[in-house]
Amino acid sequence: MIVEDAICSFCGCLCDDINVEVEEGKIKRVRHACRLGSSKILGHDRIKAPMIRRGGELCMVGYQEAYDRAAEILLRAQKPLLYGWASTVCEAQKKGILLAEEVGGVLDSTATVCHGPSVIGIEEKGLPGATLGQVKNRADTIVFWGCNPAEAHPRHSLRYSSNVCGRFTPEGRAGRTIVVVDVRETRTSKTADKTVIIQPGTDYEVISALRMLVAGKGDGVPDEVGGVPKAELDGLAKTLLAARFGAVFFGLGITHSRGRYKNIDNALSLVAELNSHTKFVIMPMRGHYNVGGIGQVLAWSSGFPMSVDFTRNAPYFNPGETAACDLLAKADTDAAMIIAADAASSFPRAAVEALAKIPVIQIDPYENPTTLISEVVIPSAIAGVEAEGTAYRMDGMALRMRKLVDTSYPSDEEILSHILESVHRLQRGLER
Amino acid sequence: MIIKGGIVYDPANGIFGEEMDLCVDEGRMAEDGKGEVIDARGLLVMPGGVDAHSHIAGTKVNTGRIMRPDDARLGIEPRSGVCRPCTGYTVPNCYAIGYRYARMGYTTAFEAATPIIEARHTHEELEEIPILDKGALTLFGNNWEVMECVRDKDIGKLAAYVAWGLRSARGYGVKIVNPGGGEAWGFGSNVKGPNDPVPNFDVTGAEIICGLAQANEMLRLPHSIHLHFNNLGKPGNYTTALETLELLKDIKPSRMRQVVHVAHMQFSAYGGTSWRDFESKAPVIADYFNSHNHATMDLGQLLFGSATTMTADAPLEYGNARLTHNKWSNHDIELEESSGVVPMVYFRKMLVNAVQWAIGLELALLTRDPWKVLMTTDHPNGSPFINYPEVITLLMSKPKRDAEMATLHEQLPKRTSLGGIERELDWTEIAIMTRAAPARILGLVDKGHFGPGADADISIYNLRPEEIDPSRDHALVKKALAAAKYTIKSGIVVSQEGQILAAPQGRTFWVDAAVPQADMDRLMVDLQEKFEKYYSVRLSNYAVQDAYVPHPKVIRAGIQMEVA
Repeated sequence: MIVEDAICSFCGCLCDDINVEVEEGKIKRVRHACRLGSSKILGHDRIKAPMIRRGGELCMVGYQEAYDRAAEILLRAQKPLLYGWASTVCEAQKKGILLAEEVGGVLDSTATVCHGPSVIGIEEKGLPGATLGQVKNRADTIVFWGCNPAEAHPRHSLRYSSNVCGRFTPEGRAGRTIVVVDVRETRTSKTADKTVIIQPGTDYEVISALRMLVAGKGDGVPDEVGGVPKAELDGLAKTLLAARFGAVFFGLGITHSRGRYKNIDNALSLVAELNSHTKFVIMPMRGHYNVGGIGQVLAWSSGFPMSVDFTRNAPYFNPGETAACDLLAKADTDAAMIIAADAASSFPRAAVEALAKIPVIQIDPYENPTTLISEVVIPSAIAGVEAEGTAYRMDGMALRMRKLVDTSYPSDEEILSHILESVHRLQRGLER
Repeated sequence: MIIKGGIVYDPANGIFGEEMDLCVDEGRMAEDGKGEVIDARGLLVMPGGVDAHSHIAGTKVNTGRIMRPDDARLGIEPRSGVCRPCTGYTVPNCYAIGYRYARMGYTTAFEAATPIIEARHTHEELEEIPILDKGALTLFGNNWEVMECVRDKDIGKLAAYVAWGLRSARGYGVKIVNPGGGEAWGFGSNVKGPNDPVPNFDVTGAEIICGLAQANEMLRLPHSIHLHFNNLGKPGNYTTALETLELLKDIKPSRMRQVVHVAHMQFSAYGGTSWRDFESKAPVIADYFNSHNHATMDLGQLLFGSATTMTADAPLEYGNARLTHNKWSNHDIELEESSGVVPMVYFRKMLVNAVQWAIGLELALLTRDPWKVLMTTDHPNGSPFINYPEVITLLMSKPKRDAEMATLHEQLPKRTSLGGIERELDWTEIAIMTRAAPARILGLVDKGHFGPGADADISIYNLRPEEIDPSRDHALVKKALAAAKYTIKSGIVVSQEGQILAAPQGRTFWVDAAVPQADMDRLMVDLQEKFEKYYSVRLSNYAVQDAYVPHPKVIRAGIQMEVA
C-alpha cells in the first residue's frame, strides 16, 4: 500500500507531498522526503513498555500503573513543569493544557530554548509575515539570516524559497537574489549570490546599520560594523531596496546570540521599514514540526504563547520567571513531565542537573538522554506517523497529519487523557 | 421548561412586549412545556442575541493574542466551576469569548473572515469556544480563481468555485474584503477604488463584487455577499460606498433577503478630503439605505479606549501602523488574501475618533428600518463585544448621548448631526437589531425568534420594560444588559446573574451548495493546475476534514437541477 501526500513530521516545513510505502503494517520506503524526514518516518528502536524507577533501575510496569504514578507525582508537586510539546499534535497539546490547569503546573514548550526570543520580539513589534506559498510565487529576493536550511530544513529551498518556480517567479533560482548573513560559511551560503560574514554577536549592530542605510541616514554609519565594511552593507541595503518582494528567514543564529529578542525586535523593525519602499516579509525558521502548534494552542487557550504558569488558577506569563530553564535554574519547580521533546539533550547543563534532582515523567516513543533521569517512562505512538492530528507549519498554516501505520502504543492524547483520569480519581480520593 | 410571565419581544413573530409564557421542549421552542419553571414575571425577555459580524476565531485573532500579552493581562478570570480560565479584553481567549457572550444573553456569533486555506485553524478555535452556536464567513474577494472566472465572465464556474470553497472551508457565506486590494498588496500596493484594475489580473473590484453577488444568488445561499468596501477607513470614502452599492441594486435576490450586507458601515461613511477636515457622511449613507432595499449593514460602532484592529484589508493595517507607530502584524495568504493586525486606542479628545464614534450612532438612528441595521462593534476593531450594553444604551437614550458628547472634542458638533437627533430606540428596535435582523440577514431560520421549532435560545434581563425608562435610567439598563438574569441556550440555563452554570458545546453552521457536475469538472481542471504549480500544499491536504467540525449543522443550498 502506498500512502500519498503524507505529511512529514520532522521539521517546520511540514512537507505534504511524501509518499510512504507500507507493507504488512510496516513502513518500507519513504519517497520525496529529505534524509532527516525519511529517517524520522522510518523510525528506529522504541521504548518497549512503560517503566518506573525502583532502586535506581527502570522496571517495566503496566500502563495503568505508570499513569497512576505520573498523576501522583504531578498532584503531589507544588509547581510541576509540563515541558516539551513540539513533536506532537495539537490534540495532545490541548489535553496537556487541561492537565496543567488541573494539577496547577507551568506549561512550557521547546520554543523556550529555540524561537522563544522571536516570540518576545513579536510581542514588541508584531510579525509582518506571509504563507510560504506567497514567497514561492512572488519573492525575488530572499535573505537567510543566522539559519542554514541546506542542513536543517533541506527541502525549504525546493518547495518554498530559493529554487521553486511560482506564478510571478517563473525562472525559479535564476530570477532570484539569495543573500546569507551568518558568522561563517555554511552549506546554504555556498549557493547564495551574496554572503555577508559578520562577527559573532553583532547582529543587532548590523541590523541597525541596515535600518539607517534603508532610511537614507547612512551618513551616521561607521566605516565598519560587525566586521563588515560599510560599502558592503550599503550594497546589501541596495539589494533589499531593489526587491520587488523580499523575504527574510531567520534562525537560532540570531535568536540565541548576544541581544536575543532585541535582535528580533530590530529585524522586525527593519522589515516594517522596508515596506515603506517595497514589499518585504519575515519569518522564523521553526525547528520541530509542531513547535508552532503549541504556541497557537496555548495562545487561544490561555492568551499567552509559551511559559504559562497555571499554579494560581489563572494563566500567568512572565518569561524569565515562568520559562522552563528559569524555573529549573532557581529550583522553582519540584516535578517535571517531559513530553515530545528531549530536555536532557537541549537544556543548559545546570538546568539538566536541576532536572535530575526532581521526579521526571517522560512521555516519548524513543529512549533518549531524558530517559536516564526519568522516574516514570511512558512510551507513546509516534504522532504524525502512528497517530493523526493537527500541526502548524512555520508560517502558521494548519495541516492534518495522517496516520500511516497502526500501532499498539497509545497516542500522546490518549496517554494524557488517562493521566487526567488518574488525577481526577486521586483528587476525589483526597476529598474524601 | 416554562418561562412564566415575561414581557416578550419577538419582533419576527409580531410580538412587541406582550406578557406571555414561553415553552421549551428538547432544546426548541414549543407549544407546551413541562419540568423546570422559570419565573420571569414582568421581566424583559428576548431571543438569544445573534452577532453576525465578529472576529472570534482564526489566524488573525490568534495573532492578536500572540502579539498582545498586555491585552491578555487585562481580562484575567481564574478557572472556577464549569469555567476554564479566561484572559484578554480586546482579544479574549476562546473560553472568555463563549462565557462573556453568554453572560450578556448572546447565544450565536459568526466569525467574519476566514481564508479557505486557513479555515482549519478557524475551526480549531471555534470548536474551543463554549456554549455558542457559530459559523465562519469565507473570504473570496482576492482569490486568483475567483478573479480568473470573473475575467472570463464564467459565472457557472465561479459558482462552482464558491460552492467548492465553502465546502473546503466548512464556511457559511461569501465574504469580500477590499476586492482586488489584497492581491495588489502581494506586491505592496493597493487599489484606489472599485473601478481600479487589479494588477496582473485584468479585472476590477467592481467586477469581482458583481460576479460574486451573481454566483451567490445563483447558489441560493442563505446569506448574501458580505462586503467590506474598498477605501475603508479613509476620509471621503462615503462616495466609494455609494458607488459600490449602486453596482448591486439591480441584482435579484434568490431569497427573501438583501443582496448585499455591508460590514461595519461606520468605517465607510467618512467625508472630508483628509483627517483635517474629516466629517460624518452618515446622513447621506442613511438616506441611501432609506431609499433602497437591496442592502443591509452592521454598525461597526467605535467606543473610546482599547481595541485591536484586525482585517483582511492588509494595506489598511499597514496604514494604521504607520499612523500610530504601533506594532504591526501582516499575513499574506497565497492565492487567496492578505491580512493585518494592529493594536489601537481611541481617544475622546481626538476629533477624528469622536467623529467616528458619532457616525456609528448616526447610522443606527437615521436609518428608519431597524431590520436594515445590526448593532455590532466589528469586535475587536471598534471595541470589544463586551461593550455592547454601552452601545445599546447610547441608542436608547438621548440624555446619555448628550452627556457623552459634552466630554468629547469641542469641534465635534460641527462634524456630525448626532446632537440634533432626538430618536431613542425602543426594546422592539433593539430586539430587531441584536436578534431578529442578524438571524434573518444571515438566513438562520431557527434563530432570533420564538416561533415553534425555533432554537430555545432565550435571554431574560433584570429589567421591567413596563416600568423602566431607558432614556433616563440608562445606567440601570446598561448594568442589566451586561449580565442577563438568565441566558438559555438550546433549552439549557447556561448563565444566571452573570454566573456561568453550564458550558454545553454549540454547533457550527456551514453551507453545502450543489452545483452541476459539468461546472465542477471544468473547475477542477483549473484547480489541479493551481495546486500543481502555485499552492504550497497539496489538493488532498487542503480541505477542512470532518474531524474539525464535530458538531456541524449543515445548511443545504445550490443550483436546482432540472429533472431530465
